[in-house]
Amino acid sequence: MVTPAITIEALTCRHGARVAVEGLSGSFAPGSLTAIVGPNGAGKTTLLRTLAGLHRGHAGQIDLGGLKRRDIALLPQASALDRSFPVSCGEVVALGAWAQLGAFGRAPADLPARVAAALDKVGLSGFAGRPVGALSAGQFQRVMFARLMLQDAKLLLLDEPTAAVDARTEADLVAQIRAWHAEGRTVVVVLHDLDLVRALCPQALLLAGSKVAWGATEQVLTAENRLHARLLAEAQTGPERRKAA
Amino acid sequence: MIQDLLFAPFDLGFMRRALAGCVALSLAGPPLGVLLVLRRMSLTSDGLQHGILPGIALGALLGGVTAGGMLPLWPMALGGFAAGLGVVLLAGWLARATGGREDSQLAALYLLALAIGVAVISATRGIDLTHVLFGNVLAVDRAGLLLMAGAATVSLAGLAVLWRPLVVESFDPDFLAAMGEAGAVWHLGFMALVVLCVVAGFAALGTLMSVGLMMVPAVAARHLSLRLSGQVAAAVAVALLSSLLGLMLSFHADVPAGPAIVLVAGLVWLGAMLLGPHASLRARLAASRAA
Repeated sequence: MVTPAITIEALTCRHGARVAVEGLSGSFAPGSLTAIVGPNGAGKTTLLRTLAGLHRGHAGQIDLGGLKRRDIALLPQASALDRSFPVSCGEVVALGAWAQLGAFGRAPADLPARVAAALDKVGLSGFAGRPVGALSAGQFQRVMFARLMLQDAKLLLLDEPTAAVDARTEADLVAQIRAWHAEGRTVVVVLHDLDLVRALCPQALLLAGSKVAWGATEQVLTAENRLHARLLAEAQTGPERRKAA
Repeated sequence: MIQDLLFAPFDLGFMRRALAGCVALSLAGPPLGVLLVLRRMSLTSDGLQHGILPGIALGALLGGVTAGGMLPLWPMALGGFAAGLGVVLLAGWLARATGGREDSQLAALYLLALAIGVAVISATRGIDLTHVLFGNVLAVDRAGLLLMAGAATVSLAGLAVLWRPLVVESFDPDFLAAMGEAGAVWHLGFMALVVLCVVAGFAALGTLMSVGLMMVPAVAARHLSLRLSGQVAAAVAVALLSSLLGLMLSFHADVPAGPAIVLVAGLVWLGAMLLGPHASLRARLAASRAA
């Protein structure tokens, strides 16, 4: 899979008067697997949403290297979706084919087979007709991963994919992220578990409102950088943060 | 005896018209109601029925009340539709302007609309305020029936077209936005259908209960199925049943028809909430006992 580099130049994202990400520059190499880490409120989710084209209030440049919207897939935080919504697993997975379906298009004949294959791959064979309301948190995340498979995106943006899932599911999901990386897709993943970041991601971006460090994971996750990030986050929750807007 | 109980009410022409009107509302409203519930906008419909009142009042004022006290239905419906759309747009703008803290703004907006409507109606000679507020399903005439059937047709056709993007947008709005779809357009189209059905309902159930057949069955349906198609089917069935039983109750027990219909729907909701297969009190008790 050929993926372009994604380059960010002086990116600043605002939520109303609050600055969530400030003056961020850097790039995600083609086919790289990068963790975004940082304290709560560091702007990790905002950065992902901005890359996905969902965040309007931003200044600066994002060069997606010619990627179109259908080339980008976002896995939202699990808590962002209503898991009691009356849809079946198969319907959620089939959404991954939206680029082909659109709002009014007829479903391709092979869609049910592709949905079944993706569910099979995430260990949920035969779940297509089951309502998502009957799933555990881990199973729901597996369904979301099956949707990502159907999207077949060149750039994957994953927001805390392993939060609130059991150990077995985490291992399976991590294996899938590795597989996407091995296929040459560019993956950007927000994670909290630093041990997992070290084990999974060659690259890391330590964020605390602004960039603390961005590069090879071992050089980014030093004790000094992490302390810096924490102090920065604490300082930025003060009044200066608002003035900056 | 049973024949009297079941069929005698519908020997009368006005009862048959009432039933036909309610069938139209029962087919059109509940699917919209189910989507409103899923979009966490259940109370929006409640506010909307107040929101259409100024338009209805203005329509009545400009349309002219005839000497016989007949209300000019079409100008009122048109006014109500325009006012409803205006309130939807204003509410959307308020939501953005206040950064998502819109519920208090909406409460104020709807109360203001209600006050304006009541004031205009009270100042207009010849309009019975109670008739506008509470409706009279038994007084539905040809024009009223046409309004309800027309609204039901437009609404069902509109929903058939908008169904897929609306459901996806209700479940995962960010997904649709990330795909480059303009969710706001779907949302606005959907809200226009809701306003249409609220206006159609006003003729039968009045502006205070016009969403009764839209929302109460939809809320009950949440306890009856885990599937969207199941919830829509259940909501329509509950609405149809409530219409029939409510009209019969109204006839035999001499209760106003609108409230009787909503009361029956309310009883079904209560039953579903207590005993339904999903997310009901019974289901929760069983789950906690199993745990």
